[in-house]
Amino acid sequence: MSILNLLAAISIAYVALLFGVAFFAERAAQSGRVRWLRAPIVYTLSLSIYCTAWTFYGAVGSAARNGFEYLTIYLGPSLVMLGWWWILRKLVRIGRNQRITSVADLISSRYGKSNLLGIGVTILAVIGTTPYIALQLQSVTLSVEVFSEPVPIEEAGNSLTAFWVAAGLAVFTVIFGTRNLDANERHHGVVMAIAVEAVVKLTALVALGVFVVWGLSGGVAATLARIDASELGTWQVNNGRWAGIMLLSAAAFLCLPRMFQVLVVENDNDAQLRMAAWAFPLYLMAMSLFIVPIAVTGLDLLPEGANPDLFVLTLPLSQGQEGLALLAFLGGFSSATSMVIVAAIALSTMVSNHIVMPVWLRLREGTASVSGDVRNVVLLSRRLSIAGVLLLGYLYYALSGGRTELAAIGLIAFTGVAQVLPALMGGIFWRGATRVGALAGLTAGFSIWLYTLYLPSFGPGTVLPASWLADGPLGLTLLRPEALFGISFDDKLLHAVFWSLLLNTLAFVGGSLFSAASPLERLQGAQFVSARAAGTGPRSWLQSTAESEDLMVMTQRILGSDEAQALFLREARAQGLEGELPAPTPEFLQVLERELAGSVGAATAHAMVGQITGGAMVSVEDLMAVADETAQMMEYSARLEAQSLELSRTAAQLRRANDKLTRLSVQKDAFLSQISHELRTPMSSIRAFSEILRDTQGLTRADQNRYASIIHDEAMRLTRLLDDLLDLSVLENGQVNLNLTDGRLEDILDRAVSAALADEAGSGIRVIRRRVGEQVRLTTDVERLSQVFINLISNARKYCDAAEPELRISVTEARGQLLVDFIDNGSGVAPEAQDVIFEKFARVSDQKAGGAGLGLAISRQIVTRLGGDISYLPDRGGAAFRVSLPVRQAMAAQ
Amino acid sequence: MTRPPGKPPVRHAPFQVERQSFRRRRLIDAACALPLLGWVLWWLPLLWRGADAPVPASLVLVYIFGIWLGLALAAARLVRLLGRARNVSPLPEGEDP
Repeated sequence: MSILNLLAAISIAYVALLFGVAFFAERAAQSGRVRWLRAPIVYTLSLSIYCTAWTFYGAVGSAARNGFEYLTIYLGPSLVMLGWWWILRKLVRIGRNQRITSVADLISSRYGKSNLLGIGVTILAVIGTTPYIALQLQSVTLSVEVFSEPVPIEEAGNSLTAFWVAAGLAVFTVIFGTRNLDANERHHGVVMAIAVEAVVKLTALVALGVFVVWGLSGGVAATLARIDASELGTWQVNNGRWAGIMLLSAAAFLCLPRMFQVLVVENDNDAQLRMAAWAFPLYLMAMSLFIVPIAVTGLDLLPEGANPDLFVLTLPLSQGQEGLALLAFLGGFSSATSMVIVAAIALSTMVSNHIVMPVWLRLREGTASVSGDVRNVVLLSRRLSIAGVLLLGYLYYALSGGRTELAAIGLIAFTGVAQVLPALMGGIFWRGATRVGALAGLTAGFSIWLYTLYLPSFGPGTVLPASWLADGPLGLTLLRPEALFGISFDDKLLHAVFWSLLLNTLAFVGGSLFSAASPLERLQGAQFVSARAAGTGPRSWLQSTAESEDLMVMTQRILGSDEAQALFLREARAQGLEGELPAPTPEFLQVLERELAGSVGAATAHAMVGQITGGAMVSVEDLMAVADETAQMMEYSARLEAQSLELSRTAAQLRRANDKLTRLSVQKDAFLSQISHELRTPMSSIRAFSEILRDTQGLTRADQNRYASIIHDEAMRLTRLLDDLLDLSVLENGQVNLNLTDGRLEDILDRAVSAALADEAGSGIRVIRRRVGEQVRLTTDVERLSQVFINLISNARKYCDAAEPELRISVTEARGQLLVDFIDNGSGVAPEAQDVIFEKFARVSDQKAGGAGLGLAISRQIVTRLGGDISYLPDRGGAAFRVSLPVRQAMAAQ
Repeated sequence: MTRPPGKPPVRHAPFQVERQSFRRRRLIDAACALPLLGWVLWWLPLLWRGADAPVPASLVLVYIFGIWLGLALAAARLVRLLGRARNVSPLPEGEDP
């Protein structure tokens, strides 16, 4: 019994060492010394959990039974690693960018965050992994039994060893697997521990191999000769199984939950992958190098009927090498424990994220929950899941009796998890893959696997009735579980692999082709298929100073520097740091996020803080939320902008209206004062003379006549003024009716000249005309036009100050206009007055004040009504006016 | 100092960059081809049905492990060359570090 105690002591010491390593690594991670934790070599070694106890013990057994076939299980993953540029590089990047936590999470995220798919993959993984965990427990138990006296076979399943191993592993996994709830699901302690275990198992196997080759067989050449001489001596392999298992193991390498955990989830940067690409195939090669020599030597030296699965232990024991046997035991123990730990972590993440949490959240729906609350629930559910997974493994082991060949269980599990492959590969390489397709493929593959391989593996009559296995369900031989459609391949495994993966892929492709993807699914698909790297790996919160500065800069930009500084100062004080930047603790980040959310919206704030602290890519959901917020803000600001534009337009209109009113008021005042002045002058003379006539006695007849005619003249002047005003107001209001008739320009001018010069016959101005140019026919208001001409001519007569006044009237045609110029030889209008002569009551001087100063204003109104224009021509010697009329009203006389 | 006529200034950079990116592309192609090569080589023994005498196991063992070692070393070399090419040259379009 002492050997058993020794084994127990060694195992406990070994586990304590692992505890120490894991604890040390976690401590190092927390204090920021992560460089060596993320070293590529650690990553590469952690991948060795692919080599479980199944490999450690079972490979030799498999070699002894089936020859070289065991190699395929390592060749497949080697090819996957060598082809890292094809698949792994992309997978790892997607994992980092999308914060993927498990293979179920990847499938679920890719297909539009479908929880149904997540649950499906989780169940598949649990069912596929449970026997595998049972296998590890079994191998540890068997290996312990090797050292003790042989235990009767029936009692093997009841051994307490398996239970204690399971319990111990559960404790270890709970402690290091759920220590922290990192968004990236990285476990530095666990990864470090399994890297150490990788070294232990490789050392153990290589040491044994060296002992066998050089110690027992006498060198390489002798070993090769021994191999050739043994029953494995000739190259014989089942082609189908060689090809099929190689593919199967390659697929399982990508899909196994524990492999996905170390390959993708624990991956931190591309450098790790680049090293693993060549180093891991080397590791696998070293692990499998001595398998055949050990198997051959074991077959040679050990008695007939010895279990080849335990050659690794029994061979050195039979040679009296207890120390080597203990090392081999440790190697096997390492293989088993590392696999169980990582598998339990991976499965608990899936179970908790895809089954427990959704259920819990649904139950809690409607009640307000605090974030710390959820965190505790997640941790608790993880811990319970780990215990549950190990319990399941133990139960499977205890119930199955633990006597199946190791390799067989392993391959059954491989085939089960390989069902994820079509959805996984389609998800990262084919944008057209849809949720429906993935669901159909997984369902088809999973059910065929259950029906053709998993359930029959329990033996006829256990789950499936023996009659089904023999003749198919209800006698349908085409549906016999081990020979679907009458094809059996002569091999259960190949049969199951072929049909499950074929129908899985067909259902996946068909389902994808005949279904439509939701928008979220399409976005996720695009992101996954065209995954680009997010530069270097995610930055850790450990680079605290740099991050705090970044956060400060960002916050200043959003809140303004005063407020940002006040906030950071307050938080630093709360953390007990005086005069420094606060450390980016979760509490501080929460406060900061809340503050920022007030300015930029919750989703944007989360994305911004996440970008700086997590370094992870922003997911589609984040982006959609950000886009929503941005759209709302843009709409709001667009509305504001439109409103302010309208306001300023209205203000401008009001200002213009106000200006106009002011101008009109000034004009009106000026007009009133003008008009009262104009009316007042004749009125006062009328009043004065009529008073003289009334009051003065003895006026002579001549005087009476003179006064009466003055009164009459002034009254006439008033009448003319009022006529003019009336005329002007009619013209200005546009109420005038034009009386369009035909007439010759010459006649109109004749009439105007004689009318203008009529009252002072003979005296005054000489009018010079060129009658040739005046032969133009006009369709116009002849009366109004001659009124304009009269006004211009009498103005010339009144104001021309030349000694011998002359008025030249010339008619020309230019650019479709008929131009009638009136030019006299006087001194003309002073330049400063030229602007105002067309205004009402504008008189150049009072020297010959004959009119009210309305003539030119009326003339301009008339000409404008007639469609023409009247203007003053400066620098023509004297006063020069030009009346232009549109030609459509003028026609050359026939 | 005047340049001798007819000799334009030496312009290495664009040419070199182009050559580097071309070289990198070839390395990537090689990295992609490596697993296919391994696949073919490891399936080759399936055709070995000794016509007159059965193929000895030791020969196959040496063959398979020899290829294994060779592939791993080739992959290591490619990774190293790719790392070097990435450091000097800009990336070909559509590729990331």
